[in-house]
Amino acid sequence: MSASSAAALAVLWPLIGAVFVALLGERRRNAREAATLLTAGSLLGLVAGVILPSVQAGERPRFELLEIVPGLALAFEVEPLGMLFALVASGLWIITTVFAIGYLRGHDEQNQTRFFICFALAIAGALGVAFAANVFTLFVFYEAITLSTYPLVTHHGTDKARRAGRIYLGILMSTSIAFLLLALVWTYFAAGTTEFRPGGILAGKVDGFALMVLLGLYAFGTAKAALMPFHRWLPAAMVAPTPVSALLHAVAVVKAGVFTVMKVLVYVFGLDHLNDTGASTWLVWVAAFTLLSASVTALTKNNLKARLAYSTVSQLAYIVLGAALANSWAVVGGSMHIAMHAMGKITLFFCAGAIYVGAHKTEISDMRGLGRQMPWTFGAFLVGALSVIGVPPLGGSWSKWFLALGAAEAGQQLIVAVLMISSLLSIGYLMPVVGRGFFSSPAEASEPGDAHHDDGHHAAHEPLLCVLPPVVTAVGCIALFFFSDGIYALLNGILLR
Amino acid sequence: MIEQLPVLQILVPMLTAPLCVLSRRPIASWVLALAATWFALATSIQLLLRVLAEGTISYELGGWPPPWGIELRIDLVNVFVLLIVTAICSVVLTAAPRSLAAEISRERHYLFYAAYLLCMTGLLGMAATGDAFNVFVFLEISSLSSYILISLGPTRRALHSAFQYLVMGTLGGTFVLLGVGMLYMVTGTLNIVDMGERLAELGPNRTVLVALAVIVVGTSIKLALFPLHAWLPNAYTFAPALVTAFLAATATKVAYYVLVRFVFRVFGVDLAFGALRLDTMLMPVAILAMFIASTVAIYQRDVKRLLAYSSLAQIGYMVLGLSLASVTGLTGGIVHLFNHAIMKSALFMALACVMLRIGSTRLDDLSGLGKRMPLTAAAFVGGGLGLIGVPLTAGFVSKWYLVLAALEGGYWPVAVLILLSSLLAVIYVWRVVEVAYFRPPPEDAAPVEEAPWSLLIPTWVLVGATFYFGISTSVTVDVAAKAAQMLVNGGGP
Repeated sequence: MSASSAAALAVLWPLIGAVFVALLGERRRNAREAATLLTAGSLLGLVAGVILPSVQAGERPRFELLEIVPGLALAFEVEPLGMLFALVASGLWIITTVFAIGYLRGHDEQNQTRFFICFALAIAGALGVAFAANVFTLFVFYEAITLSTYPLVTHHGTDKARRAGRIYLGILMSTSIAFLLLALVWTYFAAGTTEFRPGGILAGKVDGFALMVLLGLYAFGTAKAALMPFHRWLPAAMVAPTPVSALLHAVAVVKAGVFTVMKVLVYVFGLDHLNDTGASTWLVWVAAFTLLSASVTALTKNNLKARLAYSTVSQLAYIVLGAALANSWAVVGGSMHIAMHAMGKITLFFCAGAIYVGAHKTEISDMRGLGRQMPWTFGAFLVGALSVIGVPPLGGSWSKWFLALGAAEAGQQLIVAVLMISSLLSIGYLMPVVGRGFFSSPAEASEPGDAHHDDGHHAAHEPLLCVLPPVVTAVGCIALFFFSDGIYALLNGILLR
Repeated sequence: MIEQLPVLQILVPMLTAPLCVLSRRPIASWVLALAATWFALATSIQLLLRVLAEGTISYELGGWPPPWGIELRIDLVNVFVLLIVTAICSVVLTAAPRSLAAEISRERHYLFYAAYLLCMTGLLGMAATGDAFNVFVFLEISSLSSYILISLGPTRRALHSAFQYLVMGTLGGTFVLLGVGMLYMVTGTLNIVDMGERLAELGPNRTVLVALAVIVVGTSIKLALFPLHAWLPNAYTFAPALVTAFLAATATKVAYYVLVRFVFRVFGVDLAFGALRLDTMLMPVAILAMFIASTVAIYQRDVKRLLAYSSLAQIGYMVLGLSLASVTGLTGGIVHLFNHAIMKSALFMALACVMLRIGSTRLDDLSGLGKRMPLTAAAFVGGGLGLIGVPLTAGFVSKWYLVLAALEGGYWPVAVLILLSSLLAVIYVWRVVEVAYFRPPPEDAAPVEEAPWSLLIPTWVLVGATFYFGISTSVTVDVAAKAAQMLVNGGGP
């Protein structure tokens, strides 16, 4: 199969899987889960086995689907950045599915079929975003992700879930319609095309203040990148089951956001054009502000998932920062952080889910001594946390290193300092979880009113399907450190041509 | 035979109407009416193909050549309107027997079919005729029959709404007649093409400007353009569900076409936008319609009424496209005419399903619809996504052209306002979605079945069309762009 038809097939593939999941349904749940896993596995095979070699060889497989109105086509073209995102999304889909099976069954959740269908649709959306050949296609799939994840966020169907869904859909939809769509039409109007091209399409078309406004429309219109002040949907979405959080934070949703920002800055604005005009300097500071203030907010959260959510907001700002610095080190670092953060954060969320399923704990203050009962889970959490903080020998250290280099190259010493401070803050909000788990004794924690929790303590064991995934991704964090040269070589392709 | 198609399209529904009255049997009338509407649809497809291949068709009624005789003039613009009107009429009517059974007593069904066909006759005539006075005649035919249709509604308030519409509609009709009279006085002709040519020679004078103003006001009433919209919400809310689906998709659309035709064909861009500055009048009104009607829609407790206000907002989009007075803007307006007709009739058809099974369209009664009538609820979501303008739905295509036209014209704030107003659509659509999917059905609610296939299939055909025309725009945009080109730049016979 040629790589270009493989790219189109990859976007279609999860949809086919979703049809099978729907047909098998609740009554044949083992077959249904097998269908999801088969789809996910074969998707990774397709992405890594057929498309990746072609992209590594310097090709840009392209597939034109259809033209909606003249000059506005649904088309796919795979370049290194999208390749990386597709690998992350399709790779983590498998492991998240394994975890979701354990979590949903361990927790006896309702509407599991709907869950797996929407999950597959969101993955199709993510691949569409990854392979989009123009801003229009990207926008279409970006909206598809929003709509397909809405039933996941509101999975429980409670009032709380409905309110969270409102914030989720409200912020993501309204920013994308009011800002991103306007930016899309504007780009088309100014450049006569919305194609992603190396070097950008706006040079000589939009300049000066207008360029800054357009950049703002893209940066804030992509609320999935959770740039402040449009980050509130991410903590709100925490009501969803943990596998959904993993999808939001690592696999598809936020990554689609930062990917969009990165891709638009590199291929629509063009790094040279941004450097010549200095239009993205303000974005550097907005990202730096988001980065720091989200870290500080994370420190104040006692709910583990809420803390992780703010940690994500902060880490996403690293990637936006990398894009806004607009030099080769920062762009490589930011892009690499998409993969590194995904692997680290998914580990953390898997652990949070395992703790919830195994010990029914959500608050960090209740987790004293839990690490001794759940050593694998807390061990994996430690590895994931260290990777997010950026400690060698874990994957996250490379992307942060490149980002710091990029900031230094841009002559932004202050930004280098911001990155350092934020790393310290992330130690501050992640390490206490591990510390409490391993080093506090459970006895001190027991307060009189907590007696009924003791049953939970005795029964604190997680289903195997919930322990295995975080351990695998924790190993993945270590592996990414040693195999980062492959990613580096791939990403260098962004800067070529 | 082929040569006679332009007139047959109008004549067949008109002559079938008395046949329905004569037969008096519900099923026989339905079959007759169905045959007439589907014939009209086939005819308009045939006409579209012919116009695309050969250009404008001029049909001389009774063999009298224009400008002395009455002419039916089918060009790219109105063939498009004919197509959408006949398509919606046919699809909606297909669902009639089951849906009417819930709202109209059996012995009055034949009246519905007769009035429906007459209304369709009027709408097709308004679109097809090349004679300004004929526009008024057909306008009255469609209006009178739509008063009957609305008054067939299940509650007594339907009568009140029909009367309200009658007063407003008559005013509108009179204004149009007044305008046509003045134009006749000035030009001495009633043929629209002839009139346009003579006015162009004549240049602006006070009578002509007054005629323009009067006609714009008259059609705006029929079009329900804010603030002349007062009749519409009640009429849509209290009419039988199918009548709403039919009127919402066709009546205002034809009125929009009449407005476009008078503005561009009779008066011309120079006169309408140069001498009278119609753009500066219509643009603020259109934008107000978009915002006020959408905001009011958010607060409605009855979903039919909610959609009625949404229609007012959508009419704002169409008029905005006209007021931009550019090819792209008018393309957006005409495309939206088509797309909105499809989306709104899909939504109202979904409500007809609800009305049949639940017996009410109040928002509170829709609780748990997602579980109780999954296909109907999903159809509503599909149509709602179109209204919001999610990409790959028809609504996105029209919005794209409107925003692009605003940018081309240098109206930056207008582009922003178009997008902001569609956020309001997100809110009012999602209010319904939340109730349907998150609120459990009331404890004492009787168990309901999914709507019958005879309703679901037409509903889903329309929902499918909402997505189809969002993906493939070769019919809509290509034709609309050519039509707009013709209207704005004058060219083309």
